[in-house]
Amino acid sequence: MTSLPTTPPEKKLGLVIDLDICVGCHACAVNCKEWNTGGEAGPLTDKDPYGADPEGVWFNRVHTYEAGSGADSRTVYFPRSCLHCEEPACVTVCPSGASYKRDTDGIVLVNYDTCIGCKLCSWACPYGAREYDQAEGVMKKCTLCVDRIYDEEIEEGRRVPACVSTCPAGARHFGDLGDPGSDVSKLVAGRGGYELMPELGYKPVNRYLPPRARKTEAGAANDAGPGQGAELSGFLAWVDRTLSR
Amino acid sequence: MHPAYSVIFFTTSSGAGYGMLGLLGGLTLAGRLPPNSVFGLLAFGLALFLITAGLLSSTLHLGHPERAWRALSQWRSSWLAREGVAAVVTYAPTMAAAVAWVILGRNTGAWGLVAAGMALGAAITVVCTGMIYASLKPIPRWNNGWVVPIYLAFSLATGSVCLVPVTRLLGLEVFHLTVWIAVISGAIAWGLKLGYWRHIDRARGLMTVARAVGMEHLGEVRQLEGPHSGANFVMREMGYRVARKHARKLRRIGLTVGGGAIIMLIVAALFVGPVVDLGLSILAVFATATAIFIERWLFFAEAEHSAMLYYGQGLGQNDAG
Repeated sequence: MTSLPTTPPEKKLGLVIDLDICVGCHACAVNCKEWNTGGEAGPLTDKDPYGADPEGVWFNRVHTYEAGSGADSRTVYFPRSCLHCEEPACVTVCPSGASYKRDTDGIVLVNYDTCIGCKLCSWACPYGAREYDQAEGVMKKCTLCVDRIYDEEIEEGRRVPACVSTCPAGARHFGDLGDPGSDVSKLVAGRGGYELMPELGYKPVNRYLPPRARKTEAGAANDAGPGQGAELSGFLAWVDRTLSR
Repeated sequence: MHPAYSVIFFTTSSGAGYGMLGLLGGLTLAGRLPPNSVFGLLAFGLALFLITAGLLSSTLHLGHPERAWRALSQWRSSWLAREGVAAVVTYAPTMAAAVAWVILGRNTGAWGLVAAGMALGAAITVVCTGMIYASLKPIPRWNNGWVVPIYLAFSLATGSVCLVPVTRLLGLEVFHLTVWIAVISGAIAWGLKLGYWRHIDRARGLMTVARAVGMEHLGEVRQLEGPHSGANFVMREMGYRVARKHARKLRRIGLTVGGGAIIMLIVAALFVGPVVDLGLSILAVFATATAIFIERWLFFAEAEHSAMLYYGQGLGQNDAG
């Protein structure tokens, strides 16, 4: 059924990506490909993989942006994958029922056995998260490693998506964004985490944490982003003020 | 957006076929069409051929054409499924009306109502086609109020142009009425298209890369390095761009050829004799087919998708090349 669940999912599993920490190493993208091409979502086929012009299906892509100008400019690494939206038009436009949103945890998935390969879902996704597999004739997308996060054979602490488990910088977090008491929700609240293109109304579950404000020579934060420093109080706030002078 | 030929052929061919059904239904209900068996055979045959060829063509771009039947299942949420259901359902009154007309020689009374149902089904199918595109928020050049009326107007315009030579060939009285419907609906369709082009040209700077990545507070944001060295599906499918100068030229060609078809029909109806006007009306069909192909190709090629923001292309640019 491509109609959305009538009741809100019990959980809203998703990712929180810290743009201040991400170093753009692409390890998340590579490990995503590695896990998923051999997992239930696989294969993630490639065309001409060892040739001059390779291309293929990836669930996670890391862009590199330059923000601001002159001495104030900075490089921001920006991993992009499915945001597991609460209002995923990619699901509702699907004519065959292959795309669906799970009512237990909110994960958006594609059933490869019923997908007709019309590609309309990829048109409906504003974020470019879905990638068509030419060789298999079906649409593929991030599964939030649904074949990993519930696998009891894997030790408990490692039951997270492959991208999160591999991030060497600790820039990626996974959890229930529907529970205000979860670690990821607290992180989002403390750092002013935001959703991508909220004006389109897709209500993405994943959140991005903005790059932290930088200090100028004078010591003042020159571009206070949303929620900066909200978590500091008491002694730490005094340390922060003193060191910032 | 990538202009796939199978989808262009589907929307234009089926669109013309549904326009013919709409016109046949309307004229029948108005009592303007005689139950001429040869005319019924030609008109229904042509309409059904255009529709069926288009529908079959639309399955060609599927990754799994053998699963196409599944596309009828999700009509509760999907405009594509609704289009499929409407297309299949419309076959019932169409076949019934065709059989009554061609074999029983009847198209009045209850059969007129069947023809009206056929016209309604055709209109609903075309509205569903337009809504597939008009409902996509990531593509502002489709997600607007112009798209559905344009699909409807071009459906009637192209369908009636196709019916003109048939009415002329059989020397039916309704020839002149059909010509005027083709002329007026064609003028309305191209008028709406001009309004649409004006609309999309004015809607510039709709969304910046900085806003798409949520970093407007940092200033302007540019893509420094792409996530991959080659192309990928998203770039090929959503990143197709037609150079602005080519788009302008193609718009003019489409408009000129489409307008030329309308003028040919007016000349055929008012000024020339029976043989020349048949030739002119057949020529008008080919001119209309060329123009509608250009119009539909541009509809895709000029459409920008928000996913390309992440690859550094702002929405509302349209000035590549």
